[in-house]
Amino acid sequence: MFAYIIKRLLWMIPVLIGVSLILFGIMQLVPGDPATIMLGTKATPETVEALNKKFGFNKPFYIRYFLLVKNFLTGELDSIYYHAKVIDIIGQRLHATIELGVLSLLISVVIAIPTGVIAAVKRNSIFDLISMFFATIGISVPSFFTGLILIYLFSVFFKVFPSSGYGGPIWTWQGLEHIILPAFALSTVMIASTSRLTRSAMLEIMKEDYLVTARSKGVAEKLVILKHAFRNALIPIITNIGNQVAMMFGGAILIETVFAWPGVGRLAVKAVQYRDQPLVFGSILILSFIYVVVNLLVDLLYVFINPRISYD
Amino acid sequence: MKKKIIAVFLLIIQLYIIHKNWFSRDRFWNTLDVKFATVFSVLIICFLLMVIFKADKFNLFAGNDLAQKTWKEFNKSTGGKIAAIILLIIIYIAFMAPFISPYSPTAIDYSNMTYAAPSWAHWFGTDDFGRDILARVFYGARMALGVGFAAVFVNAILGVSLGLISGYYGGKVDLIVMRLVEIWNSIPFILLALAIISALGKGMLNIIIAVGVTGLINFARVTRSVVLQIKEKEYVQAAKALGSSDFRILTKHVLPNSISSLIVLGTLRIGISILIVAGLSFLGLGVQPPAASWGTMLKRGQEFLIMAPWMSIFPGLAIIITVLSFNLLGDALRDALDPRQLD
Repeated sequence: MFAYIIKRLLWMIPVLIGVSLILFGIMQLVPGDPATIMLGTKATPETVEALNKKFGFNKPFYIRYFLLVKNFLTGELDSIYYHAKVIDIIGQRLHATIELGVLSLLISVVIAIPTGVIAAVKRNSIFDLISMFFATIGISVPSFFTGLILIYLFSVFFKVFPSSGYGGPIWTWQGLEHIILPAFALSTVMIASTSRLTRSAMLEIMKEDYLVTARSKGVAEKLVILKHAFRNALIPIITNIGNQVAMMFGGAILIETVFAWPGVGRLAVKAVQYRDQPLVFGSILILSFIYVVVNLLVDLLYVFINPRISYD
Repeated sequence: MKKKIIAVFLLIIQLYIIHKNWFSRDRFWNTLDVKFATVFSVLIICFLLMVIFKADKFNLFAGNDLAQKTWKEFNKSTGGKIAAIILLIIIYIAFMAPFISPYSPTAIDYSNMTYAAPSWAHWFGTDDFGRDILARVFYGARMALGVGFAAVFVNAILGVSLGLISGYYGGKVDLIVMRLVEIWNSIPFILLALAIISALGKGMLNIIIAVGVTGLINFARVTRSVVLQIKEKEYVQAAKALGSSDFRILTKHVLPNSISSLIVLGTLRIGISILIVAGLSFLGLGVQPPAASWGTMLKRGQEFLIMAPWMSIFPGLAIIITVLSFNLLGDALRDALDPRQLD
């Protein structure tokens, strides 16, 4: 297993190189002279010449790529709009995005998995019907629309939570107050899809013979459900959570914009709106990096959940 | 008999709409969208007349066991049927928007400048420019469906060819393509779309390209898995032994076998594409105003959320209903088209 973890960690290197290559390739589609665009209003022949040298814009593409990545990592890559180092701008906003993402992931897991398990155990009960009705609708609702509804209900109508902005770290009351609405808005799609999948995975497992065996041995029903059925249903559930995290990143961009949340997603959107190519490159690279790490963690979770899976 | 009564009823409605537009409002062939609506309504009338007078000609599935079984299976699911009907209505609205919407979607009404609440004159209210929201939701349907279908079409073309090539040739090609797909997949797709838009610029065509390129992975994966199953079958080997070209084997033997999974995937992907396009338009990166699209309407709606919640509610509901219908239809098709059922 240790070898497997090392292997997965090493595989991250080509993935990240590939991701940055794709982003670099997309940047090449931008029409116009890159040095003039990057300098904007400050473009003079001397500065253009200096930038051409720094990024090697007149060199072959692999040198350009190498210089871009090197400059990004060493903090030499400047944003056009903010007039600051890309890596610093992203660094200031990273924790807000991570806080929001982790909290919504927790909310969705805590709500969705019990809902799905109960719905499967009490099949065709009122709870099952109602929860699956909402889950079916839930996967079709755009997260930003959920955000607008939550703002209308809880900030405008009941006036219990602030409508936007960042209140501080999550452990302070201010911070918690500000993060609750965006976190719930972000988790709705994941709650809906995970609870549906949990239910169908549980139903699939509950047909298995070994559950009948366990029951006939006199194992308590609670144990049968939790230990025999649920543990085996976890594998598809975790796969789905891994896939949903990608959707959540998409949602995060929108939710951060709706709630004016100072995260990397909103930064990426702003960068695209201002056509700030260095910032687009940096923010999307960092978000993809987080996504790759999350997927790695999900894959490693398999090992702990299902020791039968062998990796070679 | 029941079918015919419904058809006659629909025919009367359609003739009434045409009469109103062609003769009273003098809209027949003036602008491009009116031309579309005219052609579409003529087609609908032809279709309804066929149903009324030659209903038996529509028994397309006679003699095809699989199609009949699929149809029977599909009829079992209530959700799928309702979704299909709703989608037909939405497609109808999308084509007929200039004929059935009560106002123009871009006509600015100064007497209603300050967002009127829903009323008899404006069922869904008006926005900050006094534009009728019902008309804008109707016109938004054509934008959503048009962009959604186009993006999935691009998806399917690119993804299927990639999947066919990598699955059929296998070996090194397969390894390389699949590793590339994995890397491609490491960028959350909305971010990839964002990056492409930032390079190409805003606008409808660019958003179709962006969403079309990013979603191809699912199609590639599904096609590849089907190809890997089919490749080893005897009839493919036989075709190969008879000297069929690779292209012929792929198009005549492999593709027809993957079509049912592709239909299901395509239906589900349209829903997702509509969501992504709405999201990107909400960010101001997709369809540009004053063109009516549900995403841009929601963007505007957020600014007036406190005073005019109807500006957000109706386009939001339109997105939910459309996407939900595509999801339900996709689920029903998946059950109905299950390739194992004929055994």
